[in-house]
Amino acid sequence: MKPAAFEYFAPATVDETIELLSAHGEDAKILAGGQSLMPLMNLRLARPRVVIDINPVSALDYVRIGPRNELCIGALTRQRSLEQSALVKERNPLLAAAMPLIGHFQIRNRGTIGGSVVHADPAAELPAVTLALGAEFVAKSAAAERVIPAAGFFLEYMTTALRPTELLTEIRLLPLRAGCGWAIEEVARRRGDFAIVGVVALLQVGEAGLCEDARLALFGVSERPVRAERGEQVLLGNGPEPKAFAAAAQAVVDELDPVSDVHASGEYRREAAAFLMKKALHAALARARGERVDER
Amino acid sequence: MSAKRLVQLTVNGKSYERFVEARLTLADFLRNELDLTGTHLGCEHGVCGACTILFNGNAVRSCLLLAVQANGADIMTVEGLARNGELHPLQRAFQDQHALQCGFCTPGFLMTAFAFLKEFPHPTEDQAREAISGNICRCTGYQPIVEAVLQASEKTASERK
Amino acid sequence: MAQTYIGTPIKRREDVRFVTGRGTYADDVKLPGMLHAAILRSPYAHARIRSIDTAAAAASPGVAWVFTLRDIGEAAMPVPMRMYKIAGLERYLQPLLAQNKVRYVGEPVAVAVAESRYLAEDALDAIEVEYEELPAVIDVAAALRDDVLVHEEAGTNLAAVHEIHIGDAATAFAGADYTRREVFRVHRHTGNPMETRGLVAHFDAGKRELTVYGMTKLLHYNRQVIAGFLRLPEHKLHFIENDVGGGFGIRGELYPEDFLIPFASFRLGAPVKWIEDRREHLMAANHSREITCELEIAARRDGTLLALRAKIYGNMGAYVRTHGGLVPCSTAALLTGPYRIRNYECRIHCVVTNKTGMGTYRAPGRYESCFFRERMLDMVAADLTIDPVELRRRNLIQPEEIPYEIGVTRPGGSPTVLDSANFPSALNRALKEFDYEGLKSRQGRLENGRYHGIGLAYFVKNTGGLEPYEGARIVIGEGPSVAVYISINVLGQGHETAMAQICADALGVPLEWISVFHGNTDLVPFGWGTFASRGTVMCGNAVHLAALKLKEKLLRLAGEQLNCDPAQLELQGGAVYRKGSAAALLDMEELVVRAREAVRQSVGRPELEETAYFNCSQLTHSYGVHLAHVAVEVETGTVEILRYMVVEDVGRCINPLLVHGQAVGAAAQGIGGTLLEELVYDENGQLLTTTFRDYVLPASTDVPRIESVVLEEAPSPLNPLGVKGAGEGGIVGTGAVLANALSHALSGMGLQVTALPLSPENVRKLIRNRAARAMF
Repeated sequence: MKPAAFEYFAPATVDETIELLSAHGEDAKILAGGQSLMPLMNLRLARPRVVIDINPVSALDYVRIGPRNELCIGALTRQRSLEQSALVKERNPLLAAAMPLIGHFQIRNRGTIGGSVVHADPAAELPAVTLALGAEFVAKSAAAERVIPAAGFFLEYMTTALRPTELLTEIRLLPLRAGCGWAIEEVARRRGDFAIVGVVALLQVGEAGLCEDARLALFGVSERPVRAERGEQVLLGNGPEPKAFAAAAQAVVDELDPVSDVHASGEYRREAAAFLMKKALHAALARARGERVDER
Repeated sequence: MSAKRLVQLTVNGKSYERFVEARLTLADFLRNELDLTGTHLGCEHGVCGACTILFNGNAVRSCLLLAVQANGADIMTVEGLARNGELHPLQRAFQDQHALQCGFCTPGFLMTAFAFLKEFPHPTEDQAREAISGNICRCTGYQPIVEAVLQASEKTASERK
Repeated sequence: MAQTYIGTPIKRREDVRFVTGRGTYADDVKLPGMLHAAILRSPYAHARIRSIDTAAAAASPGVAWVFTLRDIGEAAMPVPMRMYKIAGLERYLQPLLAQNKVRYVGEPVAVAVAESRYLAEDALDAIEVEYEELPAVIDVAAALRDDVLVHEEAGTNLAAVHEIHIGDAATAFAGADYTRREVFRVHRHTGNPMETRGLVAHFDAGKRELTVYGMTKLLHYNRQVIAGFLRLPEHKLHFIENDVGGGFGIRGELYPEDFLIPFASFRLGAPVKWIEDRREHLMAANHSREITCELEIAARRDGTLLALRAKIYGNMGAYVRTHGGLVPCSTAALLTGPYRIRNYECRIHCVVTNKTGMGTYRAPGRYESCFFRERMLDMVAADLTIDPVELRRRNLIQPEEIPYEIGVTRPGGSPTVLDSANFPSALNRALKEFDYEGLKSRQGRLENGRYHGIGLAYFVKNTGGLEPYEGARIVIGEGPSVAVYISINVLGQGHETAMAQICADALGVPLEWISVFHGNTDLVPFGWGTFASRGTVMCGNAVHLAALKLKEKLLRLAGEQLNCDPAQLELQGGAVYRKGSAAALLDMEELVVRAREAVRQSVGRPELEETAYFNCSQLTHSYGVHLAHVAVEVETGTVEILRYMVVEDVGRCINPLLVHGQAVGAAAQGIGGTLLEELVYDENGQLLTTTFRDYVLPASTDVPRIESVVLEEAPSPLNPLGVKGAGEGGIVGTGAVLANALSHALSGMGLQVTALPLSPENVRKLIRNRAARAMF
């Protein structure tokens, strides 16, 4: 279980990286934290001809506040830094809460946010979290820089909208509105494993006591992370009550046709997704009301 | 095929220089080039944790790093735990608590626990259990390892006083 | 006062090298000029091989040799069976490399030897094999239809059948108040030691001697077979294990690689290393446990058990490996457990399929049969409205009935005799320690969204014996120092400490003087190995006997030196005393110096060494109870173990630290095997679980604090130390007890578990389909 040979580059800057991407295109693979790519290379399931190691590009490792008061996260920022960042905890507690669910601390010490979203494993937490949060992905190529909204970023199984010559440089998360409740729930075979199925819920309750905004996303149910818009519609304009939550959860799973694999059947995933979605909505509501919710 | 590249690094306080092929994993580099065979390979895909080392102070899986990525790095392996022939309190605790049987996973657990205790010197039992959950042991059933981490935390705490 | 190292929780002496990273596992062996092998494996479950082209691979950089079965030539032999050679099985042995056909995913097809493992894997990429895919047969029911033949020349997939007849089951069933029939199934899973298999073979062409590092479990037997294969005199082969990263039954058996790697070194005249990677391990090393059992039980209305009738089907995989029919036969052998069941009939079917070959995994067959029986007993108890504990109590064999002869339950074997036991006492102790009565009120109750269940399972496990002897040689040197050479090997258990304790007590010397050497065919000329919880039973007693013989010799020498009757002397703490006196007459150091001088001066005087073999072909039986308290979340099918206890009588406990360690570690493995682990195949015979992402092993957060209670109420009468093996009791009952606890938790829904694993998927399936029964 040893990697096949490849040509290795370790550029120090974004520009150099983009230059290499332009030169090698589809032959090249970006090596960030390596926690997904390296296992595939060791198994020879991935055999890139060229590996561009961006770990020396320290300019991509940051968390800061942007002009729209959004959280701007450099693509190379380690998951462990995000987990420990006071700024992230304050500005986006959902993202902070998702971190401990990713692998184990040794994995998060290397794993990066950019690596995780670009790898786009449908059972991973970060793609679904960024999808629910409506993140913006900044992609840079020699020609231009463009911003890809989350809704158009995750295309198919382990495939994103990034072009072979583009580098993901930043992930932007607009601030949660005051009083926005959130939750992330999953079932995994073990702590730290990829989820069998997981859900993310964001819930905004207005002054009239009705749901003003709801964003629901699921992971581990499809070839990519999915938004559950029909479930969201069920919630909007209704009171945040158990009946509405149950109806929303039902609407969510009605939309799903989950995959079967060695860990669970599609049927299991539907059942568990409905349960987790109800649980997540209750937790999100509690947070929206400023109640304490025990995190795992 | 790419040419060999120079890797200069420090392992357990000692400097090394080697020319290596880019695809050589850091784990294989430590084991085969530096003869530091205490770092073990149990799965080579980042799940079992037997190859855990400290990379610039952070616990990482050395099977998921390339040796060339360690250029300039400061690395610590299980061979660096004991100082001047004195076992580290964690090593003593593992023996006291019978926290190892075949010993194959042990270096990975030790390095994980070492990094964890640096950050959380006074863990609860649940924290200690959680901290070692990314390492697989097939022999002990884990409880003795949890006990060993707790014993070592008391030891390091009392030595600091 | 007699020394008592035995029974003391002495810390392991081997630990220091392991915690400092100085252990020497197979992959740590590095020899000058060493080459590295990688093995090309079949990507298909069943295919004909049209052609193999190794030319490009042989020409790829750094490659020394690429070979296939043809290159082995006349020497090529199949991997032989060692035991449970039931007639018929001999038709299904595995060739060293695929011959015309491949029959499971992972079957070795060719070997590349190169300057590094990286280059060897590059060479594998360059080998061209043309396959013609054939339909695969995966499960036993389909295989028995013989539509697809795994081995055409054999004409059937039913490789062998064996029957057990004890008493008169037909009459008992005919006259019973109550009978029940169920089909149970245990899923395929396996040991997965943290160190994969690995070998370094070094053929010294000058001396014509072969040294192999990394062999383990059965060094002498393996050497004998490989010597025959290479046509070398047995004693020119040196098999050395060094340190071993876990065995659990699957490691150390002879596999094709154990022939291929020495063969490569033999041909190339250079050391060759092969380290199995985890993907290879999951598809090539023995799988185990996949047994289906159609079980019928007959009882009186008062719960008195009258008879068992069983049909057992073992999914043997594509080839019958070294254990022959052991796994299904061992399932049958102790199916009656600790209960008085006079009528027992069983038909065992060994069925070949296109899966990896089956071998042993810790408590092979016993884990399975304990699940079948103990699950059935809970169902019987429910049907007859008898408390499950009471039902067991009424049928336990009583102490006055011991030794109890069950009858002949093994092929070609002598009767199975439960040698020593107090079954009711262990049960009472277990119930008390667990506060079973106190917990019973929570049985089936919904608390905070989860259903609670409390389960119990009784087990009996044969230990020791199996192969009839082990040996030990003890040598005294200056220092004074005592070297103990043992015929067996160590897979991580701690024999270096336990054997030293046994030796120190029998010889009367301080523990610190003793060094234990193991796992090397040159140390003791004959031996078998470490399996079936026999290390301490067989070799511990050999050490004990050798130490007693040596003590007798030392006292005779001391008597001569002191001019007194040796019968008046004793050896304690490394010094010679007159019996009843506290003053040392002669210390060992002096005795050793004088004895060596004496030896030098006159011919024929005794040397300071003794060798002893302990012979015993009878099995000694450990027994005990597993208890578990679980909580089940119905919506996700997740099971949390709130409490777990193993109560086990081991006859006599040499080192409590090690015995508890075995019990707790085994239980954790069993919990993983019951809740998490499964080797899954798709309908084409593709193995889907070839990484640790898919084959899920238990981590620290999956295992509760396991409580271990060790009893010494029934020492074995079959060996001088009175010991029974302690390596497997902790795993035997895990499947049974968790299935029972889960069934109790869900009893309100009328659910009964009949199949493992208890994965979230399967638990949900059970709930979804309340009438669900194990599919067969």
